[in-house]
Amino acid sequence: MTVAERPVEPLHRRLGVTDDELEAIRDRLGGRQPNDLELAMFSVMWSEHCSYKSSKPLLRTLPTEGQGVVAGPGENAGVISIGDGLAVAFKIESHNHPSAVEPYQGAATGVGGILRDIFTMGARPIAVLDALRFGDPADARTRHLVDGVVRGVGGYGNCVGVPTVGGELVFDPSYDRNPLVNVMAIGLMEERSLTLAAAPGPGNLVVLYGSATGRDGIGGASVLASATFTDDDPSKRPSVQVGDPFAEKLLIEASLELIERGLVEGLQDLGAGGITCATSETADRAGTGILVDLDAVPRREPGLAPFEVMISESQERMCAAVLPERWDDVREVCERWGLPVAIIGRVTDDGDIAIVTGGLDAWGAPAPGAQELARIPASALTSDAIVHVRVAAAPTHRRDAPAPGAPAMVSDRLPERGMDPGAVLLGLLGSANLSSRHVVYHQYDSTVGADTVAGPGHGAAVLRVKGTSRALVATTDGNQSVGVLDPWLGAALSVAEATRNVSITGARPLGVTNCLNYGDPTRPEVFWQLSEGVRGLGDACRALGLPVTGGNVSLYNESPAGAIAPTPVIGVVGLLGDVATLVGPAFGHAHDAVLLVGETVPGLAGSAYAALAGGAGEDDPPALDLPREAAVQVFIREAIARGLVASAQDVSGGGLAVALAEGAMWGGLGASVRVAMAHSPAVDLFGESPSRLVVTCRPRYAAALELLARQHGLPVEMLGSVEGDRLVIELTLAGAAGAVEERGAGAADTLEVPVRDLRHAWERGLARALGWEG
Amino acid sequence: MGVRIGVVVFPGSNCDRDTVYALDLAGAEPVVLWHEQASLEGVAAIILPGGFAYGDYVRAGVIARFSPVMRAVAGFAADGGLVLGICNGFQVLAEAGLIPGALLRNASLRFAGQEVRIAAERADTRFTHRVEAGRPLRMPVAHGEGRFYADDATLDALERDGQVLFRYVDATGASAGPDQPANPNGSLRAIAGVMNAAGNVAGLMPHPERASEAILGSDDGFAIIRSLVDSAAQAANVGPAVAVGSAAGVGVGPR
Amino acid sequence: MTSFRFAVNVTPKPGILDPAGRAVEGSLEHLGIDGVHDVRIGRRAELTVEATAEGVARAVVDRLAAELLSNPLTEIYAVEPLGATSSAVSAATGER
Repeated sequence: MTVAERPVEPLHRRLGVTDDELEAIRDRLGGRQPNDLELAMFSVMWSEHCSYKSSKPLLRTLPTEGQGVVAGPGENAGVISIGDGLAVAFKIESHNHPSAVEPYQGAATGVGGILRDIFTMGARPIAVLDALRFGDPADARTRHLVDGVVRGVGGYGNCVGVPTVGGELVFDPSYDRNPLVNVMAIGLMEERSLTLAAAPGPGNLVVLYGSATGRDGIGGASVLASATFTDDDPSKRPSVQVGDPFAEKLLIEASLELIERGLVEGLQDLGAGGITCATSETADRAGTGILVDLDAVPRREPGLAPFEVMISESQERMCAAVLPERWDDVREVCERWGLPVAIIGRVTDDGDIAIVTGGLDAWGAPAPGAQELARIPASALTSDAIVHVRVAAAPTHRRDAPAPGAPAMVSDRLPERGMDPGAVLLGLLGSANLSSRHVVYHQYDSTVGADTVAGPGHGAAVLRVKGTSRALVATTDGNQSVGVLDPWLGAALSVAEATRNVSITGARPLGVTNCLNYGDPTRPEVFWQLSEGVRGLGDACRALGLPVTGGNVSLYNESPAGAIAPTPVIGVVGLLGDVATLVGPAFGHAHDAVLLVGETVPGLAGSAYAALAGGAGEDDPPALDLPREAAVQVFIREAIARGLVASAQDVSGGGLAVALAEGAMWGGLGASVRVAMAHSPAVDLFGESPSRLVVTCRPRYAAALELLARQHGLPVEMLGSVEGDRLVIELTLAGAAGAVEERGAGAADTLEVPVRDLRHAWERGLARALGWEG
Repeated sequence: MGVRIGVVVFPGSNCDRDTVYALDLAGAEPVVLWHEQASLEGVAAIILPGGFAYGDYVRAGVIARFSPVMRAVAGFAADGGLVLGICNGFQVLAEAGLIPGALLRNASLRFAGQEVRIAAERADTRFTHRVEAGRPLRMPVAHGEGRFYADDATLDALERDGQVLFRYVDATGASAGPDQPANPNGSLRAIAGVMNAAGNVAGLMPHPERASEAILGSDDGFAIIRSLVDSAAQAANVGPAVAVGSAAGVGVGPR
Repeated sequence: MTSFRFAVNVTPKPGILDPAGRAVEGSLEHLGIDGVHDVRIGRRAELTVEATAEGVARAVVDRLAAELLSNPLTEIYAVEPLGATSSAVSAATGER
């Protein structure tokens, strides 16, 4: 059947281009109608993924200036100087939708794509962190997705030789069938190697190297193929991109050698939008054009239509601008690494992306008889792509009603229900979201590269920088359970938690990369969540004095029940001047003093405790005071620099009790502490009010540490000491508020659990949740 | 100037830089040997590093064995030259028949990336003379195909002839059977490393080069690297490789 | 009941990148082999189905191949009948 026989929608709509957008395309072509190839190129470049057409106006509000920023948003990755001529490149990116379809390849190509963003800048990738979110772990489809994604992350990262050193694994029903696969990569480079994704110098060669081009990821544009194929066999047009980490490893080595030897003028990896995206973005950035010699593109299989060559998302390919006299050297490098390489075009001065078939002559002009298939201004595909002004509207009701039959304040009344707080603590430690992730990260190579000082498992990842005393500290964080209640707060908290996790090692956060995962932005409520999220991200970064150096937006994340919880995932990289001063979260020595720094404020909504015990409908999440957060982080860095601190852990998921339990389990030491109850047993033990730290120190430094905290305007409480092989938390009534009368006096407020039991619950929780036991 | 030790780089090798770094730390002079080259540039010993040579497609190590450099390595080994394979390098040596046994897919069917403990069976070999026999050594493993397999007769012979170099052990130093958690891949008789009958070719799955500095959490692996460097220096001083035949060097064979 | 033996050959879909096949092609030069191309590497499963008729057994194998042995997004499969035997014979050979 041919297209003409079908009573179907016009082609542009079937390619996902709206009528308004078609009008805007005509405007940019001087009023002319685009041909089918041009329409296909616009359809991929004006997709949300490539154009940021819904989020661009919001992203412009983010702070991007900061100390040492060498490259910021708009480049493939952010780059920040770390001194001595060295710089760190980092970025986080999503691969959510491909992973929902084919979890192994979706995750694998996600890792491959973000690694290319790093080495395209001239940096050697040294670490990957993967922030993964899935639906209910008991659901069979979720388990299939988890297994495939974990294998895919490992299958690619392990082979390519970049350690997977951290990340997150979070379960929330809102991600049912719409997993979030966000991957952050970090690279190390000499600043002088910085290479930009531009195609300067008319007359320069446009060189494509790496894998040959096939029909990968044609996706929605495959409707065009029905016009070129008589046999409409869908197996001929696979939309799944397959990653080849072996090819990527060769691509890394070849690209870094090309950069090191100064053989390329600009470099861009090929991702979404394929050759169309790489040529138009590099030309637009340099203010040039590119003439593409379509027939010169190396192909994996015969019979590719021009549009397939131009928008294919075949993986492991790079596009370089090369001076003609350096072509022989470039070819030699690529061939030595076993990579196909070809001149596929010339840089021009007309500002257009032009596609010809029939070849170019020796001067780079179309050969006699060559035919021009398309001509589009490069800017029309990229910087001048359409921007949509979406409507934002806050939801009329913000909270769900409590479940039928639930007590109004169930979460505050837990002890009265006869539950032992020790049992609650064990329940939290063994829960799907707080238990040990080792059954997952043991499937990753976390130590290749011989730089991993602290790998996955116990807080932020730490990588030493060979040849220096320095270390890089990295983490990702996202708080969707608060975000769904208050998207501003969820985003701001994510920044606070991620940077706090870096600061508690003693490192200074350098910058922020972000992956904004939201639902369908054409729905006003979702667009409001996105706007609030970006506002929270910007507010938090300004309060902490940090630049946003890049990131990625993933929209249309919808599960069968509706939009996902708003999920801005924040990646942070910090610098530790002397790795010998590194402080970890594990209790270090018996008799050390245990202190709580920061203030416990009310509110249990969005907490792990509320997820376990049930939430109260009218409850709020605890408030975030951004200046207080900044003070806490400055305090802990200063305390560590002065050598006062033995261990430091932030209070986050599961509250104070879980923070104490982690220090105990990881250090193999118990603790005995007394907590003066400020609010209620649940809030004081399990509440997640931010900007709080559990710090331990040698007893002789306790007074100095308390003084330093007060100098920073921070409340500080001496809780007790590291001792024995049990965690003992005694809640005292001093300072307790109204809840005391409800509780009655002398309730079962002492929590006492052997460290061995804490560890038992924590280590088995995830395998049990996923059905991976035994 | 330290003794020259070759580090073979196949396309897909990914521990070559780590191995070069550890050899530097041990005072050796690392020489990178590219897979297409047939000359070994007069090195005194060779390490086949970890990684995924040629992508490890089809079967780990199988394509690497046909490379020009491996023909040269096989000749070097036959002449008594010292060769150590780490992880993927072990797989390549096994595929090439330079070392007994095979490395099968992990019993868990999952990649194993974790810290393990291994103990040297003997401290009188050219790969372990700086190691204290029986003491648990902490170092990482990172592999999907590391389950050591050989038939019972071969396993018996390996044990009888002293060719078992390392076994996976628990914290107390007891060897860990295929079903025990301390055995990361289900290796038969807890074998983590073996050597050939002549005692000049050895392989192990764990990564001593990643456990060569205290800052990385363990420097237990450095004794293995330094054993190799010492033995290579000794071989280089004795003269060409022919002088370190099967009976030469530090005691080979049982007792 | 009769025992029907089948093989299921699973290979990458046409057009899907096959890194393993490509790696094998790349190694041919080292082996001194030329003239080999289009290498596609897959898996083969062999299995026996107890059923009343071949068509019934075939339907079971088809379902197994489509839902478990192959990934419909990236792979195709072909079922190859290997013959039928009576249950008794099958049991005897099974004990060998």
